[in-house]
Amino acid sequence: MRELHTGIAIREALTLAMEMDERVFVAGEGVGVSIHDNPIMPTHGLLEQFGERRVKDTPVSEAAIAGLAVGASNMGLLPVVEIMFFPFITLASDMLVNHAAKLRYLSGGKSGFPLTVRVKAGMGFQAGCQHSHNLEAWMAHAPGLKVTFASTPADAKGLLLSAIFDPDPVIVVEEMGLYFMQGEVPDGDVRVPLGKARTVRPGMDATVVAYGGAVYAALAAAETLQEEGVSLEVIDLRTLVPLDKDAVLESLGRTGRLVTVHDANKFCGFGAELAAIAAEEGFASLKAPVRRVAAPNTPVPFTPPQEQFYKPGAEDIVQAVRSIL
Amino acid sequence: MGTGNEAAVRLKMLNKMILVRRFENQITELAAEQGRLPGMQILATGQEAAVGVVLALRTEDVIVTNHRSHAHLLAKGADPRALMAEIMGKETGVNHGKSGTLHLIVPEVNALMTSTVVGASPPLAAGAAFAQQYTGSDAITAVFFGDGAAAEGSVHEAMNLAGVWKLPLLFVCENNCWAGAQSFDVHCSTGNIASRAVSYGMPGELVNGNDTDEVYETASRLSARCREGGGPALMELATYRMRGHGEYDRQHYVDPAEIEEWAARDPILLYRERLIEAGVATAEQIDAMDEEAGRIVAEALRFAEDSPYPAPEAALDHVWAEAGAKIY
Ligand SMILES: Cc1ncc(C[n+]2csc(CCOP(=O)(O)OP(=O)(O)O)c2C)c(N)n1
Repeated sequence: MRELHTGIAIREALTLAMEMDERVFVAGEGVGVSIHDNPIMPTHGLLEQFGERRVKDTPVSEAAIAGLAVGASNMGLLPVVEIMFFPFITLASDMLVNHAAKLRYLSGGKSGFPLTVRVKAGMGFQAGCQHSHNLEAWMAHAPGLKVTFASTPADAKGLLLSAIFDPDPVIVVEEMGLYFMQGEVPDGDVRVPLGKARTVRPGMDATVVAYGGAVYAALAAAETLQEEGVSLEVIDLRTLVPLDKDAVLESLGRTGRLVTVHDANKFCGFGAELAAIAAEEGFASLKAPVRRVAAPNTPVPFTPPQEQFYKPGAEDIVQAVRSIL
Repeated sequence: MGTGNEAAVRLKMLNKMILVRRFENQITELAAEQGRLPGMQILATGQEAAVGVVLALRTEDVIVTNHRSHAHLLAKGADPRALMAEIMGKETGVNHGKSGTLHLIVPEVNALMTSTVVGASPPLAAGAAFAQQYTGSDAITAVFFGDGAAAEGSVHEAMNLAGVWKLPLLFVCENNCWAGAQSFDVHCSTGNIASRAVSYGMPGELVNGNDTDEVYETASRLSARCREGGGPALMELATYRMRGHGEYDRQHYVDPAEIEEWAARDPILLYRERLIEAGVATAEQIDAMDEEAGRIVAEALRFAEDSPYPAPEAALDHVWAEAGAKIY
């Protein structure tokens, strides 16, 4: 298999989808002509390949971008729109939360909104809290939206393909730091189903559930703990909604211990949902309290030493696991 | 146009513009040296005549700005040392390293709020102007935003509210021909922003944004009108972004001839020549001014580099007011 950067794997999904289905179009700020002329960026070269009819540079208008997707998908197109940085999804949130998520329900199931929102996320590049803020739990909280969060190039491609051809609105979170990571990616229309977690590393003593870049922190923690004779199982959720609850509960059933990890704030973060599921449905398996590893309850700081302090790392996971062994 | 301004104001404007250029050139230099500056660096090089808006305001007047803020802040009197330190993420920075270059907030000089969320500044400014109206103050607010921002719904909503409530708010659109990699004509259907003022019942004026006197005179006139209860006004500065969206932007999508053409209209060069011709200053005086600005910037850099980073754990500070603090 070929090794591709995540950014290029995402472009492969976009290209394939556009080739396969005339209804697919791409829109957003700078998805055609971009200040980034880096060939690793996902939308690089799409304009040249598909032209202005199908690759639409929009004004700086997040509400209009999201509304465009809702209206066009209702008419039978398959929009793939981009929100430049995760925090700016708040400007699109009326269209996404009150409309994309609810209009099927409001129509009594008569209407459909098969749209995809690609949103660029991440921290670690000192952009400050108006550019860095992981809001996946907000999106997951709105019934009617699906949410994916890939950690590998293959998953980024496969999940995006599933999202584009899924009949519901899907928020596809792309962690920008991972654009530049390489990995094996299958050729062609190989999809990763929504709602199917992946066991990244099998283990016996505790389960770590993560998604996105946090998966790599979990793997690093597993290496460290292995030297101490502790065996960690690492699960990558890949999709938050629909959630692969069975995979989490099955693993917990074997290990008896659960640690959740994400870069978003801890309070009301996605880890809280996982912990609640463990308490409600996996209580009999629990040999120790659930631990949540997440960012502190502050906005993302700008200055490098604070940004590093803020982002949960392998050491935080190691300590959390040790505290429940 | 422009000859009516007093010599002292004109000299002060040139002085501020020169300081801004020196300050930003220093950032360009640092940004080019990998690792010396964290984050992205967004400059207003070529747009310095906007200082004319700030100098048309009074000390008690408020400004609200955006990601391209250095000229506005330095003109309003922000300390170059604390600005440089903030840009470097240091404890001595205006915002203790929490903001960095994108959200510089300097309330002590009434540079009240900054948002890097494009289009967010005008509604914030409407709130500030409302407070001024509410308390019976005769201070006003000026808000800076880009031509790209004018596409955001929030900007229309702020203009409408300011129009119906007659808020003392001067909308200042710096049209630098680009929004990211999108040229003005591909994101705006009407050819200018100023004409939108009609829809909100306020005056709208399009000025040469590289002519400092014209900027100053228009801002003086429109802000006087706001101050006297005439309601909001909109001015659009036709200008140009000389250094790309940010320092990482190689402007591969821009015709170099366009940049050259605007370089010939450099607001600082034009103003320098005009002031010499008008006998307001000699070339020697202006050169001395430039050297002094260089010293100020060098000192700011030294101060910033000598300052420590804030403690990592201080990442947790400033989310809430002090424990136990009460409004009353
Ligand atoms: C709501 C929002 N969307 C997108 C961005 C990314 N972004 C930052 S600056 C910019 C272009 C803004 O253009 P303009 O308002 O003309 O200001 P200029 O940079 O030209 O001064 C964009 C799209 C953002 N910061 N905020």
